[in-house]
Amino acid sequence: MKCQHCEKPATFHITELTEPNGPSVLHLCEEHARTFLSNEGTATPASALSSMLAKQLKIKNAAEELATADKKTCPICGITFADFRKFGRLGCAYDYIAFEDDLQPLLVNIHGSLQHVGKEPSNQTGSPERQHRIMQLKVEMKEAVEKEDYETASRLRDKISEVESGNESSWSKDALEDLGDDFQSDTPIV
Amino acid sequence: MKLEELANQSSEWMRGQGPESDIVMSSRIRLARNLSEFPFIRKCTPKDRIAIAMSVHRALDSLPLSADTEYVDVAKLGDLDRQFLMERQLISHELSESQGARAVILDPHERFSIMVNEEDHLRLQVMQSGLDLEAAWQRMDQLDNQLESKLTYSFNKRLGYLTACPTNVGTGLRVSVMLHLPALVATKQIDKVFRALNKINVAVRGLFGEGSQFMGDFYQISNQTTLGKNELALVAKVREVVPRLIDYERKAREFLVNESRQDLHDNVSRALGILCTAKKISSEETMHYLSKVRMGVNLGLISDVKIPTVNKLFIHTQPAHLQKLCGHKLSVTDRNIERANYLQLHLAKRPESEIN
Repeated sequence: MKCQHCEKPATFHITELTEPNGPSVLHLCEEHARTFLSNEGTATPASALSSMLAKQLKIKNAAEELATADKKTCPICGITFADFRKFGRLGCAYDYIAFEDDLQPLLVNIHGSLQHVGKEPSNQTGSPERQHRIMQLKVEMKEAVEKEDYETASRLRDKISEVESGNESSWSKDALEDLGDDFQSDTPIV
Repeated sequence: MKLEELANQSSEWMRGQGPESDIVMSSRIRLARNLSEFPFIRKCTPKDRIAIAMSVHRALDSLPLSADTEYVDVAKLGDLDRQFLMERQLISHELSESQGARAVILDPHERFSIMVNEEDHLRLQVMQSGLDLEAAWQRMDQLDNQLESKLTYSFNKRLGYLTACPTNVGTGLRVSVMLHLPALVATKQIDKVFRALNKINVAVRGLFGEGSQFMGDFYQISNQTTLGKNELALVAKVREVVPRLIDYERKAREFLVNESRQDLHDNVSRALGILCTAKKISSEETMHYLSKVRMGVNLGLISDVKIPTVNKLFIHTQPAHLQKLCGHKLSVTDRNIERANYLQLHLAKRPESEIN
């Protein structure tokens, strides 16, 4: 039998079990086998990530589920889960919330954990949930302005600056009630 | 600080001092951080990138740190300067080759560098000669605390520091140790060792070279996971593997000496002979022979060359460094001649010519 990549005889017969499409058998000469085996350990994180994703989605999700996951869009940066699968990079911190269900198995696969342990910043106002709230408030403020409800708009503007400055009073029960049902239903994940 | 000044000095990590420095070239710690008010890099507009660079620059200016550091606008650097910083491992390939506003903050002693707008908004790295990961982490922790007091990082109680790639989320920490393993390569045991390491979730990659062509027998080992273990536990995980690797390498060196001390002595002496007398020499060939010389010095087979000199030559004989040192662009052929001259100057006329 000849090597798959050249005319030399194939002396190595390698069964690759980690291919996304199931086991595949390779027939290689010594030289190509060495190249193949040495490349294995040096795959870039991005390529390793995409093959891991492909494998995992193949196992976990039926084609339909995958198509549904792919269509999910982050309300903040606008990337879809399919975009992430393609590039291996997220668009913003809120993607971790927006694609939570789909990222979880991947994180378990990579890290074997879903819970951060270790250092925390003293300033914890930088959570993606907060960014999302600010964005929601801005949308509501814009709607209020369009309806010429300037009283609400001005109250919302004050709230935005409170949330932006990390003032905790904006999270009081009263403040949440002021914002209506939509906001209350958005329970914090953390 | 001008880049030319860097060209003439040795980086902290080239000093060849610190624990186990005959085998461990350097210890390195990296942190990935993002600013909460901006999207991740792939969704950043050119304006966002400028705003991030400005926020970081402003934060730096308000810290005592700024007195001793240099903020370098990488977008304004030419090809040669970017390659030069890459050869010194102060910036990454990604930072060098990407487009748009980006920067690096340099410590004049090259004990740390901070990349701005790389894969994440901030990539902090601390370098230390020899095996001293705990000290490197202490310095990194302090550096991170200083920046954190002026910047709002993207962070979530559950997933920790949020990063553009899920492989870095959590601590955002990469702990690595650069090892010189010429005897494991010579005795063809290196693959076996790496397969064993992969099983315990420690990543290995070659340095100075692409794909499977590792030049100079340098390898870097690092942690693969960043979430679920605290920083010190991740440091310990890499730290506990190193003594075993050092032990394997020492045993392989012992084997080579026992097999035939004379052959080995001949081999490393010839390597030094070529480096001292060649009239033109490629970068690959230089690395190949420097690696042998480095082992020869560490085994006491070569007595009149010092390790810091050899370490420095690995970096200073790379293309951008040679061009920086002679002050103008050189063709490949001219570089090979210049490299041979440089090696002769530093190896043949020893020890007077030894800088540093």
